[in-house]
Amino acid sequence: MTNKYDNVYINEVSTVTGPYEMNGPFSKLYDKSYNDFYFGEKSFETAESKLIDESVDILLNKIGKTRFQIDLHISGDLMNQLVSSNYAASRLGIPFLGIYNACASSVEGLIIGANMVEHRVVNNCICTVSSHNNAAEKQFRYPVEYGGPKPCYTTFTTTGGCAAYLTREKKGIRVESSTIGTVVDMGIKDVYNMGAVMVPACGDTIYKHLKDTKREVGYYDLILSGDLGIYGKKILTHYMKTEYNIDLKNYDDAASMIFDVDNQPVYAGGSGPSCLPLVAYSYVFDMMKKGKLNRVLLVATGALMNPSMVNQKLSIPSIAHAISLEVI
Amino acid sequence: MEKRKYQSIVKKYTPKENRLYNGLVAFVVGGLMGVLGEVLMELYSYFLNIPTKEASVFMIVTLIFFGCLFTCLGFFDRVVHFAKCGLIVPITGFAHAMQSAALEFRKEGMIMGLGANMFKLSGSVIVFGVVSAYVFGLIRLLLMGA
Repeated sequence: MTNKYDNVYINEVSTVTGPYEMNGPFSKLYDKSYNDFYFGEKSFETAESKLIDESVDILLNKIGKTRFQIDLHISGDLMNQLVSSNYAASRLGIPFLGIYNACASSVEGLIIGANMVEHRVVNNCICTVSSHNNAAEKQFRYPVEYGGPKPCYTTFTTTGGCAAYLTREKKGIRVESSTIGTVVDMGIKDVYNMGAVMVPACGDTIYKHLKDTKREVGYYDLILSGDLGIYGKKILTHYMKTEYNIDLKNYDDAASMIFDVDNQPVYAGGSGPSCLPLVAYSYVFDMMKKGKLNRVLLVATGALMNPSMVNQKLSIPSIAHAISLEVI
Repeated sequence: MEKRKYQSIVKKYTPKENRLYNGLVAFVVGGLMGVLGEVLMELYSYFLNIPTKEASVFMIVTLIFFGCLFTCLGFFDRVVHFAKCGLIVPITGFAHAMQSAALEFRKEGMIMGLGANMFKLSGSVIVFGVVSAYVFGLIRLLLMGA
């Protein structure tokens, strides 16, 4: 399902990250980075919540508004019952929608926000996402200090909080259109191979977006997928060619860009809801503002994984949402 | 695309682990752990003047203590990650699994947090350790007598 927008703009964005991102290639483009995983908090979960708090604070400072002037706050994260978002929202006191599509939550939030702003349901809204490496490891995998080996094709959850401010005011980056994806399950059961889980959903959404908008793949200066990792990226290129006969051009993957994969201990790259927006709101927006990129398609991919279902030997479904951004 | 066809594409691009290298590292590190255990046992036996059987208990407790201590100091996960089964199969792996879970859930209270989650990784080892001890004990009893 593809929607076009006439008057929606991402006016301003903010990013807060943890230590691994700080040592990655885009370190200078983030608004704030922490050197540890606690940020002065007592637990990983409250630390993740603080990432959202801080990203919203920085965003409000940038746009010169108080939280009472914001109509809506949409937020998502990986934690059970969306605790990070919920606890941050309880302190912010802005009307709140909590959303979950795993690592596709960032674009899901932008799509909901863009529709509400376009149709004048709200005048402005803030879309946030967060993820925290240690909190995610604790919930989905093993204790943080446990050193059991993992396969080299697994991904490393990014630590970060990202916020975007959407209005009808013509400033910043234009939201041109969006495509809401469908859930796809290709029978992959390997929890460490999330790239392979998400590729079919990503391909499906890119194909439907191009078909609905009657565009060629070369229309975009950059198609940026969420967190497929360095091997998932290769699988997607192959999959697009064999399944849809599309040769991916100008394509890259946020998971492969956010870290220095060769020199940081991050396996096949980043993952998590904050992986795509951390790259998009820093590097991609910077390139768009400099005029080096004009049209960008962000495709956030989410593996809808639940440890209980995986233990029951069920395969992992996945989803991808796309949003098309343009320079004004 | 058929699921099977897609899975063959995935297989093509998913790198394989270097099993020979991993096995070799685990073999060497595991062997060194064995040597360390033997040396400790002999030392305890010699200096405390106790039989080897008792000294082996002292040796195991020592290895568990250092496994836990190094886990708490925060570098043992990287060592285990490198050595793999060389440190996971010996008693150090068991200590590491329990201690890391205990550290993780300490903030959720002593009863519902630490106590309830400490055996998250190692619980299965205990359960199936007891089961197999029972089975093999029974076999030994039936074949070789009491």
